[in-house]
Amino acid sequence: MNQLLFISPILFPLLGVLINATLGKRMSEKAIGWLASLLVVASFGVSLILFAQLGGAPEDERLTWGAISLGIPWIQAGALSVPFGFLIDPLSATMMLVVTGVGALIHIYSIGYMHGDPRFARFFVYLNLFVASMLVLVMADSFLLMFVGWELVGLCSYLLIGFWFTNIKNAEAGRKAFVVNRIGDVAFILGILLTFVTFGALTFADVFAGVARRGESVQAAVAAITLLLFIGATGKSAQIPLHVWLPDAMAGPTPVSALIHAATMVTAGIYMMARTHVMFEAAPSTQAVVALVGALTALVAGYTALTQFDIKRVLAYSTISQLGFMVAAAGLGAYVAGMFHLVTHAFFKALLFLAAGSVIHAMEHHGHHHHPADPQDMRNMGGLRAKLPLTFVVFLIGGLALAGVPPLAGFFSKDEIVLDALKHNLPVFVLLTISAIFTAFYVGRQLVMVFFGQPRSDMARHAQESPAIMTAPLVVLAALTVLGGALNLPGVGALGYWLSPAVGEFKTHPLDVGLAGLFTLIALGGLAAGWLVYRHAFTTPDLTDPLSRLGPLYALSKNAWYLDALYQAVVVKGFYTLSSFLASVLDLGGIDGIVNGVGRLARGVAGWLGRAQAGFVRAYGVLMLIGVVALVTYFLIVGANAR
Amino acid sequence: MLSTITFLPLIGALIVVVLPRAAGRAMRSVAMLASLAAFLVSLLALAGFDMSQAGYQLVESQQWIPQYNIGYKVGVDGISIWLLMLTTLLFPIVIAASPGAIHTREKEYYALMLLMETATLGVFLALDMFLFYVFWEFALVPMYFIIGVWGGERRVYASVKFFIYTMAGSALMLVAILFMGVTAGTFDLERLAAQNSLWSANTLLFLAFAIAFVIKVPLFPFHSWLPDAHTEAPTPGSVILAAVLLKMGAYGLIRFNLSLFPEASRQLAPLMIALAVIGILYGAIVAFAQSDAKRLIAYSSVSHMGYIVLGIFSLNQLGVQGALLQMINHGLSTGGLFMIVGYLYERRHTREMARFGGVWAKMPLYGALALILVLSSVGLPALNGFVGEFVILQGAFQANQLWAAFAALGMVLSAVYLLTFYQKIFLGESRDPANDTLTDIDWREALAVAPLIALCFVIGLYSLPFFSAMSASVNSLLGAAGMVMR
Repeated sequence: MNQLLFISPILFPLLGVLINATLGKRMSEKAIGWLASLLVVASFGVSLILFAQLGGAPEDERLTWGAISLGIPWIQAGALSVPFGFLIDPLSATMMLVVTGVGALIHIYSIGYMHGDPRFARFFVYLNLFVASMLVLVMADSFLLMFVGWELVGLCSYLLIGFWFTNIKNAEAGRKAFVVNRIGDVAFILGILLTFVTFGALTFADVFAGVARRGESVQAAVAAITLLLFIGATGKSAQIPLHVWLPDAMAGPTPVSALIHAATMVTAGIYMMARTHVMFEAAPSTQAVVALVGALTALVAGYTALTQFDIKRVLAYSTISQLGFMVAAAGLGAYVAGMFHLVTHAFFKALLFLAAGSVIHAMEHHGHHHHPADPQDMRNMGGLRAKLPLTFVVFLIGGLALAGVPPLAGFFSKDEIVLDALKHNLPVFVLLTISAIFTAFYVGRQLVMVFFGQPRSDMARHAQESPAIMTAPLVVLAALTVLGGALNLPGVGALGYWLSPAVGEFKTHPLDVGLAGLFTLIALGGLAAGWLVYRHAFTTPDLTDPLSRLGPLYALSKNAWYLDALYQAVVVKGFYTLSSFLASVLDLGGIDGIVNGVGRLARGVAGWLGRAQAGFVRAYGVLMLIGVVALVTYFLIVGANAR
Repeated sequence: MLSTITFLPLIGALIVVVLPRAAGRAMRSVAMLASLAAFLVSLLALAGFDMSQAGYQLVESQQWIPQYNIGYKVGVDGISIWLLMLTTLLFPIVIAASPGAIHTREKEYYALMLLMETATLGVFLALDMFLFYVFWEFALVPMYFIIGVWGGERRVYASVKFFIYTMAGSALMLVAILFMGVTAGTFDLERLAAQNSLWSANTLLFLAFAIAFVIKVPLFPFHSWLPDAHTEAPTPGSVILAAVLLKMGAYGLIRFNLSLFPEASRQLAPLMIALAVIGILYGAIVAFAQSDAKRLIAYSSVSHMGYIVLGIFSLNQLGVQGALLQMINHGLSTGGLFMIVGYLYERRHTREMARFGGVWAKMPLYGALALILVLSSVGLPALNGFVGEFVILQGAFQANQLWAAFAALGMVLSAVYLLTFYQKIFLGESRDPANDTLTDIDWREALAVAPLIALCFVIGLYSLPFFSAMSASVNSLLGAAGMVMR
């Protein structure tokens, strides 16, 4: 009974998958959408109950209180035994609330956003499947089961990026996401293989106990394992050099971008590192790499976001950049700060994406029916503040939180990360600080381009506010964005103390006034700069970006450091060349050529015997058939006689 | 009971032969009934199978040619039990899917199909080397005709190549079998295995068997008959070829090479592992370059079968068990993929992927089923392929970390070529107006692949019984061979 309650957050959305996949065709949009949404709400409800129960347990029991195993193992072969085991501890319980809470809001929002789509039911099937998969990832008590969720969320991502699959670009983006993620996943798998070889176990508890017990003797192995796990994280959490799939993933419907590609799935890498922090802490060499890669990602992606025109692409690079902050925090060992930022980012970035979706929805649905112009291009927007007043307010709140304006949620969580960096790793601090400047600037730019000035297209001129089913979730998320900082206020530190049994010791500290002041200044200054530069920049959509005066620096940002071009030219082209070479030259010419050569030789002999090859073999086949039958009959008789 | 299973299809074949030529419907029914009967009896065998026992069960032994100590002996153990089930499951499915693909000479077709079932069952169940060889060669003949008579444009070339290549491969095995049988004074596999010290380290004998088997698998670089045979074979032929016939090779490696020549296996394992891993990567990379859907899946088989050989020659518990499970998995997912491609071929008479596009929009159910099979083949967790691949990789990692790491790269490559395959046919916009009239699969077509897809989920989520049934036998095989048990 207890087991059923514990895994019911996974089962509810799975039920939605089953029902909508089989009966969805015969159900109304309302029935499909609300069924899917309410099941996630139910999931959230149970998660809340479990969270409360866990909170009621004594602190030193919270790590084991929620460990359950379904009686049956998933894989059992030789010494390898992987149970269907789940763990609800402070860390996973927190993630469960984020996933199901934000997930439920986005489900509801989607009822409005996807209205009229011919594959409405399928959309909710995928969305429900995603929530279930993400919960498997979060609740798993072993590396391998976590990997199951890890790959299943990747599948959902693939399916949802390419949801409008008749446009090949969307399908292409989905495939790219899956393949790039798989590169990371192979590293993850190798990490798991090495873990099992080293510790003879795959459950977190057993492996961590092994790390603690064996100390020095497994240090090299742990360093290798963590590095492999981290490469896995760079795939899912879009860190350089594997981040290139995330901007393209924006091809999916906007609620998907909000849920999967901003709030939840992409944070899996950070969650995984927090979950396995025992190992990362035993591998300082890996931690240094993690911190640096995170900070570099924050900078590289933040710089790219400066010059994008697609409203979602700006947010996509922003997401990569913010994930870089979280990864850097993990590398610094500041898991609480990383998780704190993960939670607040889930609020304000989901808010920003959904608000962007509201903008796109308004542009698409209320503009002219024949609009050759791109409804996601910010150059075609402008002045939407008056047209979409509510969307504007919530977008503003989200944007200010992202920029780091106090007292919004993003300010506090970002502050904790940079404070830790300042104390422990100066290069990382510098990278993150520059990145924060970029962040505030592109937020200011985006706010101006979308909401201020005059409408620059018919679509923008005719835009109307989205329906309540879409705006209500926005309001809730906006409220969370305003209040989210309270989760872990300096000097109070509720979230930190809550998480500490799972992610290591935590001690809150009072607000560092100097640093907070500096970052407030950065936020306001960046916003103001963005505002000033772009206030009059686009009176019509066809003007050039003022930053283009920076020449190659602008091009570098606009083209995302030319990484995609590089991968295309080297990796993709190289693979194509190798593949066609092996297929035509080596395989058909070489290997098969030899075989056929031998065959021709035999045919020559056969021809010498005066028979055509085909006839020869066919005759041979028949002869052989007859021969075998005769032989068997003969032996049967002989055998019978002998007896 | 095992003989009943083996020869029920043969009886069906004899009935088909005496039916009048015009009675197509009756032939189909007879074929279906005979193969279904074999399946049902094999379910009884499974129910009576004692999973905790390592040795052969349900053994039937009779003298056959006592002058040469040749016997008729069949039995089943944890190594063959799932192959038995796979075979008896696949034949009724294939026979159910045949009417769409086979329109001429039905009498010969159904008789040969049933004959082939008897032969392949015999291969998996025979415990006498000579008996094994008879079945082994016998399995070749029906497939030769099925490709050669009902195949595509280049069917003659493909069938001849298939026949000669695999035939030539097993010639040496016959010599080895005769040599061993005469030397030891018995062809009984159990007794031969018990006295394997005679030739445990004999690499020549090892190779005589191995060559026959790796051609059948096929292991790189002995694979070049497979793409031709697969492409030219009619759909049912491709399914049986992939799902059952290739397994004969992998089964042979375990049953004969590991148990009779453990020392030679150990010595040559590095070579086999190297070829297997090269095959995994090579098959995947070459698959990507294909424009014909069937050729692509054929090369994917080269890649996937590489994992199986890798598992076998890891020579440990995980590797061999993973390989055995992966044999079933490959039969389900690749067999299923060939059926899926066949459905499309029956509608459009082409397999050129460039001429499709956007098929999922036209055929929603078909697209969904195809996607599941593709994902199973990609090795997505919660489906069967992942379980097999992971267990193999874990076993291989214990044997050789570097090769295992290279093998793991196959996970990326399989996603590359299989998702490309899916994208070219199912996603995007249609690239040929002929696709406009495509209709979704009907309930019969769906029902024919349904068992395969259902099993993909079952094994992916609940592999316990599959591993439990094989573990005792694998344990004892490795133990007897003095190999690492992990």
